[in-house]
Amino acid sequence: MAENIWVLGAAMTKITRYPDQDVIDLAATASIEALADAGVTMADMQVMGMGNMFQAMAGLGQSVQQQIGQTGIPVYNVVNACATGATAVRTVHLSILAGEADMGIAVGCEQMGKMGLLGPGGQSKAEKHVYAPTGRYGSVMGAEGILGTTLMPGVFAQAGQEYAYENGGVGFEQFAKVAEKNHAHSVLNPLAQYQKKFSLEEIMNARMVAYPNTLPMCCPTGDGAAAVVLVSESKLKTLSLEQQRRAVKISASVLTSDPWVERGQVQPDVNTLTRNAAKIAYEKAGIGPKDLDLVELHDCFATAELLHYDNLGLCEPGGAGAFIDSGAPWRDSPGVTVNASGGLLSKGHPIGMTGVAGVFEITTQLRGEAGDRQIEGATVGMAHVIGLGSSCGIHILEKSAA
Amino acid sequence: MAQQIPMVDYLVLDGDPHLVAHECANCGALFFDRRNACAHCSGIKFVPRDLKTTGVVRSFSIIYQAAPGVPVPYVSSLVDIDGGGAVKANILNIDPDPATVALGMKVKMTTFVSGTDDEGTEAVAFAFEPSN
Repeated sequence: MAENIWVLGAAMTKITRYPDQDVIDLAATASIEALADAGVTMADMQVMGMGNMFQAMAGLGQSVQQQIGQTGIPVYNVVNACATGATAVRTVHLSILAGEADMGIAVGCEQMGKMGLLGPGGQSKAEKHVYAPTGRYGSVMGAEGILGTTLMPGVFAQAGQEYAYENGGVGFEQFAKVAEKNHAHSVLNPLAQYQKKFSLEEIMNARMVAYPNTLPMCCPTGDGAAAVVLVSESKLKTLSLEQQRRAVKISASVLTSDPWVERGQVQPDVNTLTRNAAKIAYEKAGIGPKDLDLVELHDCFATAELLHYDNLGLCEPGGAGAFIDSGAPWRDSPGVTVNASGGLLSKGHPIGMTGVAGVFEITTQLRGEAGDRQIEGATVGMAHVIGLGSSCGIHILEKSAA
Repeated sequence: MAQQIPMVDYLVLDGDPHLVAHECANCGALFFDRRNACAHCSGIKFVPRDLKTTGVVRSFSIIYQAAPGVPVPYVSSLVDIDGGGAVKANILNIDPDPATVALGMKVKMTTFVSGTDDEGTEAVAFAFEPSN
């Protein structure tokens, strides 16, 4: 059996907008802080995973090394939509698992500013415009808004509505309750982009973006970076007792893509790959959903979080509506807490950062170092992300003795 | 009458307008795009299959904030086509209100002019509307 791999250090910047810094500054800040938290330096790193979406052509991992320590170690610059950060963690995990490194750093960063709606943009303007079929659908013009929508708010609204169609007890109010919870949780997290509580009524009466998602039911764009230092168990045992005490075990690190499903070509399927990843992760960790104290899951829109209660086995099959109605995923309710950080809805969602930020949050909670937002006695947690295209990353972490 | 061209190549305008899919000759999976092979079984042989023009709304969203130039609000939907296949399209000829649009409602296909190029050729797109 392969040896265990541990999180030795973790850090994230506050998510906000940083007009006076570039994405290298953000990634360097998170990396330096994660190394300091781990009690090691760049000289100890043997591999780097760098996750970034919108500046991925720039050799960002190398640029960061040029700022914080140019030691010549390999960099894997990775992109996997909103699962980019989780892929960076997975890459470092694999390198250690393969025995090519005993310590490495995974970084996720993004600078989005005020990007607005994500998805295919408007149509380009030609000098003289004559229709000619192009591309894989033989299209003569852009289809956005004419043949439905492919922009994120509508896509995830439809994913939620599909769940409502197949299962009872889910409607606008259940989706809105997800946002009510996550915004309430964010008030306790100083690293969150927004720390503002909303009443259910305020959320339901807010400006509609894509029914049933109103504005506070959609995550913001923002800037930020997170980094984690991973270490093999054999190396960890050579480090100080304090480093060993604060280290958190990675019980599962899983990445899946979306398998073929009948309607997947017209409505991205965010469910099957999450279910597959969860099944593998639970098996690897030797635990079940009932063992989880907290989950950071991919609530890019309020409609998305509801689906994943079911996909991750947190509720009875088909029972996501009843689950949120019961208040079960709130922090002060018994059982699992979902998105204690405030989630993407309020903590923020700089695309490439998110997967690493989730691992940071679980690590911080299991160490008992989460301050006001601490979930008391938490020993097992999961970080889940999904990137359309589609890719799903799940990490299960456990507080354990090395 | 102006010359017309389908907005996408899986819309057939001749006769009764309908959608045509590439059906995998091995497993029956349906695709609208140009294929290299089947995503389900990796088969490489496809046959065209005409789809029916009626269906059921499996999911929808009412879009209030859209890409520049797209009139709002409008209804985006996922329609399960009777007899097989699923497609994304707008629902027209309905009040774009959650009290009116319903999951599971029966719809039929319709076509409309979605644009005109500089030579006067009209692009024709498809959508769905309530059946009754």
